[in-house]
Amino acid sequence: MTSKIEESYVHRRLEAHRPLTAKHVFLQWEWLLVLIFVGVLVMNTMLSPYFLNITSLRDATMVFLDKSFIVFPMAFIMIMKEIDISVGSTVALSSVGMATAYNVFGLPMEAAIVVCLVVGALCGLFNGFLITKFPELSAVIVTLATMILYRGIAYIILEDQASGNFPEWFGFFGWGYVYGVPFILIVFVGIAIAFGLLLHKTTFGRKVFAIGHNDVTSKFSGVNVKKTKLIVYTLAGLMAAVTAVFLASRMGSTRPNIANAYELDVIAMAALGGISTAGGKGRLIGTVIAIFIVGYLQYGLGLINIPSQTLMIVIGALLLFAVVVPKIKDLRKS
Amino acid sequence: MSTNMIDSTLPVNVEKKESKLAKIGQFREIGLLAFIIMLMIAVQMRNSSFLTIENMTDMMTNTAILLILAVGMMLVLVTRGIDLSIGATLALSGMVVAQFVSNHPQTSPLVAILMGIGIGIVCGLVIGGLVSFLGVLPIIATLAMMNIYRGMTYMVSDGKWISSYQMPENFVGIATSKILGINSLVVIVIIVYIVAFYFIGHTRTGRQIYAVGSNPESAKVTGVSEKKIFLLVYTVMGGLAGLSGVLWVSKFASAQGDTATGFELSVIAACILGGVSIAGGAGKLSGVILGAMLIGILNNALPLLNVSPFWQKGIEGCIILAAILLNVMVKRGVEQNNLLRRRV
Amino acid sequence: MKKFLMLLVMSALFLSILAGCTQGNTSGTTKNTDTEKAEKEDVNGEPLKHAFIFKNTGNPYGEKMMQGFEEAIKESGGEAILRAPDQPTAEAQIQIIEQLITQKVDSITLSGNDPDALQPALKKAMDSGIKVLSTDSAVNAKSRTTHVNQADPEAIGRIQIEAISEMIGGKGQIAVLSATSQATNQNLWIEYMQKELEKDEYKGLELVKIAYGDDLRDKSVSETEALLKTYPDLKGIIAPTTVGIAAAGKVLTDKNLAGKVALTGLGLPSEMASYIENGVCPWMYLWNPIDVGYAAGYTAVELVNGEITGEVGDKFEAGRTGEKVVVEDGDGTQIMLGEPFKFDKGNIAEWKEVY
Repeated sequence: MTSKIEESYVHRRLEAHRPLTAKHVFLQWEWLLVLIFVGVLVMNTMLSPYFLNITSLRDATMVFLDKSFIVFPMAFIMIMKEIDISVGSTVALSSVGMATAYNVFGLPMEAAIVVCLVVGALCGLFNGFLITKFPELSAVIVTLATMILYRGIAYIILEDQASGNFPEWFGFFGWGYVYGVPFILIVFVGIAIAFGLLLHKTTFGRKVFAIGHNDVTSKFSGVNVKKTKLIVYTLAGLMAAVTAVFLASRMGSTRPNIANAYELDVIAMAALGGISTAGGKGRLIGTVIAIFIVGYLQYGLGLINIPSQTLMIVIGALLLFAVVVPKIKDLRKS
Repeated sequence: MSTNMIDSTLPVNVEKKESKLAKIGQFREIGLLAFIIMLMIAVQMRNSSFLTIENMTDMMTNTAILLILAVGMMLVLVTRGIDLSIGATLALSGMVVAQFVSNHPQTSPLVAILMGIGIGIVCGLVIGGLVSFLGVLPIIATLAMMNIYRGMTYMVSDGKWISSYQMPENFVGIATSKILGINSLVVIVIIVYIVAFYFIGHTRTGRQIYAVGSNPESAKVTGVSEKKIFLLVYTVMGGLAGLSGVLWVSKFASAQGDTATGFELSVIAACILGGVSIAGGAGKLSGVILGAMLIGILNNALPLLNVSPFWQKGIEGCIILAAILLNVMVKRGVEQNNLLRRRV
Repeated sequence: MKKFLMLLVMSALFLSILAGCTQGNTSGTTKNTDTEKAEKEDVNGEPLKHAFIFKNTGNPYGEKMMQGFEEAIKESGGEAILRAPDQPTAEAQIQIIEQLITQKVDSITLSGNDPDALQPALKKAMDSGIKVLSTDSAVNAKSRTTHVNQADPEAIGRIQIEAISEMIGGKGQIAVLSATSQATNQNLWIEYMQKELEKDEYKGLELVKIAYGDDLRDKSVSETEALLKTYPDLKGIIAPTTVGIAAAGKVLTDKNLAGKVALTGLGLPSEMASYIENGVCPWMYLWNPIDVGYAAGYTAVELVNGEITGEVGDKFEAGRTGEKVVVEDGDGTQIMLGEPFKFDKGNIAEWKEVY
């Protein structure tokens, strides 16, 4: 199996250097995702009369974009053949940190938001530190331990209380519009572009791919593997904190039990976007489309009040569908 | 210190010393074992009812299902895979079997168990097929099937739970009865481990699993069918999850749609704590037992410690972190000692 | 061969998606086909849409509440939309609220997973003209018009202390086994229990620990076992949550502690039937979730029709459950249903089949 993945990886790399023909463009994963996306939109429009209008399409993004920020750094981590399952707990801890800074220490809200981002980044940094300091430990077990630890700290701080009473303007993050466009969508586009450029247009991005393809070779080719990993994990923590700001704003308060099991949703979206957990490949545009596919599918099926157990099956089937289709090509070849 | 000893003793003794140390060094989870013993002593000092026969029995029966699932998960991890769907498979098999026995109270417990295993095997076969024949990455295949199986469980249950009054005595008895004075759950665990021990260490297929995990290319060259092995490990995992489903429902005398949500993470944690490598090829049953025992002790001891419930999660996280770090340090120490000795 | 296999898998996937969608249409919403009744219609000539959101899916207590709600809405000639997220979280409920706002429903009744976190979403719903009320598990007063309370929380706390005191003869150690530490209902009831324990008549009772089983079977069992070992003189356990009380009942049954450690609390009759019949739990309490859902349904209909506004003193006829009055509740208002119902050996056999 692994060899097949590597074959297709090499194949893809070669493809990238060849002049693009129409056939090649069409056989790319991202086009399949676009097709699925269009399919989802058409299906939703047919199913619900409330789906296809600007307000509905616009407000839907406010519903599903909050956890999408974490998908980008998660894509980086997965490209490096690793995984971070502590992100949900990081969201909880950083939002609790923000609420505590505001309500207990009396900091102004602006400073509390900075505290939130710092706490999130520190959580990520700690993950990165452990993973690089003890390379014989896999990222799964390290982040599994910190997943329990970070949520545990959140529980110790807030116990059974909620913490809220944020100033009025804080609600703008999750509910506000700028010239009719949801603020969260604008931030999302900005962050998506930033991560896209970072991954595909900088040497840092090339290092991430190199590590994912072969970290030993990368190390001996002069890539500072530890530093790169440290930065990527810190980014994951930071993006979890960004999610925490938007989530706390949408809920107007926070509790230690928020953002439970977010990591699985995030991993699923990254995987659907064509990021391979076997490392070394993936393009960020795919994850962006995947986020919108899953988001609009959930929203649209919600509009016809589909029971949530059916929704679970549909999402599972979609995930399989998207990964199985490209295999047809491989099978035909063999 | 060890170099001093080597210098001051006769060469004959050196050899003896080395072999003993090497033997201990060979057991890679020595750090984990030491940690568990330390933890148990610490808990005992805080609550003297910890090291009693009654509590140990409770702990064993409560950890039984985790131990069973950990065997299957170890095989999956050894082939460089992962299975996130086991909690959902467990719930589905538990729910279907519970519904069946509530409608057919005459069902023998053995039939119920076999039925559960059968359902689990079918669930596992689907995943195995996706992974081996279609080449879907295990994490995605099992994540997707987790959603599907969980959704199916809710659909089958129709929002209802199967309660203890609907279950016949002998079905509930699977988990509470005793065989030769030992709780049946523990007996089932022992049987599973004996079979697994034989299968992994003494059959051709068992060794092939490790071959595929440690080096897929050379395994292929030597004629090991990768696809067959993948299909096998996920099917075994499914079968064990199905078995666990019946045991779970029997133990708690209730089948819910959301049974064992997130239980897969505990199982994976037990395996990795026990030294199973997520990169494949490495993992021993003895390590898995230790890993599962550590999780079992945590679940049992934390409520006994009488700390604030809000501190429980934080303490649990610290202990797991400490355990894996200590284990790594001890391993490094042992390896360093070995290197030193080699130079002498 | 392989191509054929692929084709098979693909078509299976397509079918499952399609099946999912059609299923959704039939079981998610129940259109009222009863044309004989005078249909209450909105300006567009469509029946009024009343939505109900429970905490999570696959919960028999919630299913029964939905059943009662649907019944009430059908009697009024409206259309009931029944929703429940797959996880019991506030985030998931916010998503559903947004979807309901887009569908322009006329009312939202919900059992909140968090009292505060839904406030911005529910406020948005109310701003767009939707009537919002909570039932079972309340949301804060700012995010609802009124609350349909299954039973007075003070009474729930009081009767459980009364019960345990009677069971153990007014003397000895007792413990509480709750749901999660974040569960608002349970926390409120436990607060009232503690207040009740301060009374002189309960001097002999000592509350030694509040344990949290997180509404998980395995954790509730571990916590119960730990209670029994840490406090060997424990005389009684109060478990005001359905999973917790059943798990505790199972542990006490397996350890043959019937008559030695008494168990009471709030539980589903079906789950607790075995343990009431074998004497582990002499009696316990609950209200009828069907009636709670039914009364909530009527309240929603009356609010939408403008018969009541959710102000203190409003009166209305709630179908078979009789006349209801809106009363004060802290900053907001609520409608109080009857006292909790007692289940014991005498009546458990008939109720275990119902819910």
